[in-house]
Amino acid sequence: MKRLALAAALVLLAALPFWAGGSFYINIASQILLYAIFALGLNVLVGYGGLVSLGHAGLFGIAAYSAARLLAAGHGHLAAIAGALTLALLAAALFAALALRGTGIGFVMITLAIGQIVWGVAYRWISITNGDNGITVGSRPQLFGLSLAAPARFYWATLLVFLVALASMQMLVASPFGASLRGTRDQPRRMAALGYHVWMIRFLAFLFSGFWSGIAGLLFLYYNQFVSPQAVALTASAEVLLMVISGGSGTLLGPVVGAGLVVVVKNVASAYIERWNFVLGAIFVAIVIFMPEGLVPGVVGLWRRATARTPSRDLVGVVEPGKEAGR
Amino acid sequence: MSLWLVLAVNSITFGGLLFLLAAGFSLIFGLMRIPNLTHGSFFMLGGYLAASLIEWGLGFWPAAVLSGLLVAAFGGVIERLILRRLAGAELAQVLVTLGLSFMVADVCLKIWTGDPVRIDTPAGLRGATAVGGLVFPTYRLAISLVAVAFAVALWALLDRTRLGAMIRAGVDDPEMARVAGIRVSHLFTIVFCLGAWLAGFAGVIGGPILSVYPGLDQEMLPLALVVVILGGTGSLVGSLAGGFVVGFLYNFGQAMFPQLAYVVLFLPMLLVLVVRPQGLFGRPAV
Repeated sequence: MKRLALAAALVLLAALPFWAGGSFYINIASQILLYAIFALGLNVLVGYGGLVSLGHAGLFGIAAYSAARLLAAGHGHLAAIAGALTLALLAAALFAALALRGTGIGFVMITLAIGQIVWGVAYRWISITNGDNGITVGSRPQLFGLSLAAPARFYWATLLVFLVALASMQMLVASPFGASLRGTRDQPRRMAALGYHVWMIRFLAFLFSGFWSGIAGLLFLYYNQFVSPQAVALTASAEVLLMVISGGSGTLLGPVVGAGLVVVVKNVASAYIERWNFVLGAIFVAIVIFMPEGLVPGVVGLWRRATARTPSRDLVGVVEPGKEAGR
Repeated sequence: MSLWLVLAVNSITFGGLLFLLAAGFSLIFGLMRIPNLTHGSFFMLGGYLAASLIEWGLGFWPAAVLSGLLVAAFGGVIERLILRRLAGAELAQVLVTLGLSFMVADVCLKIWTGDPVRIDTPAGLRGATAVGGLVFPTYRLAISLVAVAFAVALWALLDRTRLGAMIRAGVDDPEMARVAGIRVSHLFTIVFCLGAWLAGFAGVIGGPILSVYPGLDQEMLPLALVVVILGGTGSLVGSLAGGFVVGFLYNFGQAMFPQLAYVVLFLPMLLVLVVRPQGLFGRPAV
């Protein structure tokens, strides 16, 4: 049953350019997928590591900017992509080394500050980043000899990367490393007492998260063929965090649903009202207050409660294992 | 007057503004453990409200105090209606304050449009004053004096009054303070309003120098963060020292390395984080 649903979803996704009706919708689907990759990357830290980053647009932007610079300097796509990912990983290592000086709120504040540095550099270091005008990229790369210029082609390439990202997340979550990462989230002291290197686990998770943020940044660059300081602003970091949290952090599908929600609302809202930021803020506030665990777990919970046959099953669900004192 | 002296005066002025902004942030964080990401919005909102009040015929200083009070009332509403429900859920509080800051920014953009709004320097403080053979812009001197006066007043409030003792008790150990009969939840509201008032007031008196424009909130918030990270949370001296350090770094950085001003600004913070994560004047976490 589950496999059947999965296969059906895959077919639907792969055939999207044929039923979506126009390149506008195909492009929106590409945007959803690339932001879903970004949100999945952030979710590794937020959902499984319990570390909330408000500076991830910095990593996303570093990848996009470095690729754009390398392309502008005349390098090929392959060199640009490899160079950009290397730089994004180095930046992630540096970010992690600094941000992991704190946990909880300290981590949030440090990542926010680092994210703002990246923004400041993008905005002010005009000789490198071209400031507010941004950098334009002439062409999209080719994949297996096929040009990605057409919306449908680009969508399929993005879908491919997205599926790889999703599979890698599934593997990470199921792996012993994923289990130890969740352990450091719930019981850091107990994990340390058990001999796990808590810092190193978090550091590696940060690198993994940074890698996929960088990939998403590259897709963003090639999708828009343009990057500007807007991409690294605090708003961008907040948006992707909203995707993770609105969908449900710490779940595999949550960030994907969240990315869909935010991209669709953003496109719909911007078509009717210019106050997108207000809507973003309002969604943030509403979700935190009314559905703190996110849409996917929230809806699943509602569904379970609605379909529960006997009230006793409800009672069993109330006692959550692992929620003991001592965090 | 030489360039260096001008820069130094500007740095001290800006440092004073940052102190006012960061002191509130630091107090709120120290007591309530909330990194209040609407703090930059309070600063901007204060400036905008005062500009409108002045346009309606109010004097500069009454407008500054009143607009600070309006911002404080707004802060009180946020604390009572929203943050109160989320007590203990730090992450939720971060997200809510961030969401609110976006909403405030957008409402301000709608009301006051995208053009910068200027606040005129109050009549008595225009021009320059000679002190010891050197000539300084009077208004900047006035801001520095106001900042020092506020620092002394805040110190007196925290160190010499019953309310201050209660706040310090709340910062040190909220559970114990509750047991001792202090209504910590009242303190939360008071401190949040006080912090909001300081930020709003700073936004007004900063108006003649910075003017008020969209994005000012997101420009000031990281600066307040840096001040607090440098100085240590919950420490008044830390906010004062951090404010002036950041004021100097910001002005000299912009004059000497205009393209890297942000890097110059944040590097010391990163250094402090690595060497002394609790901040220069903060106490190590338990």
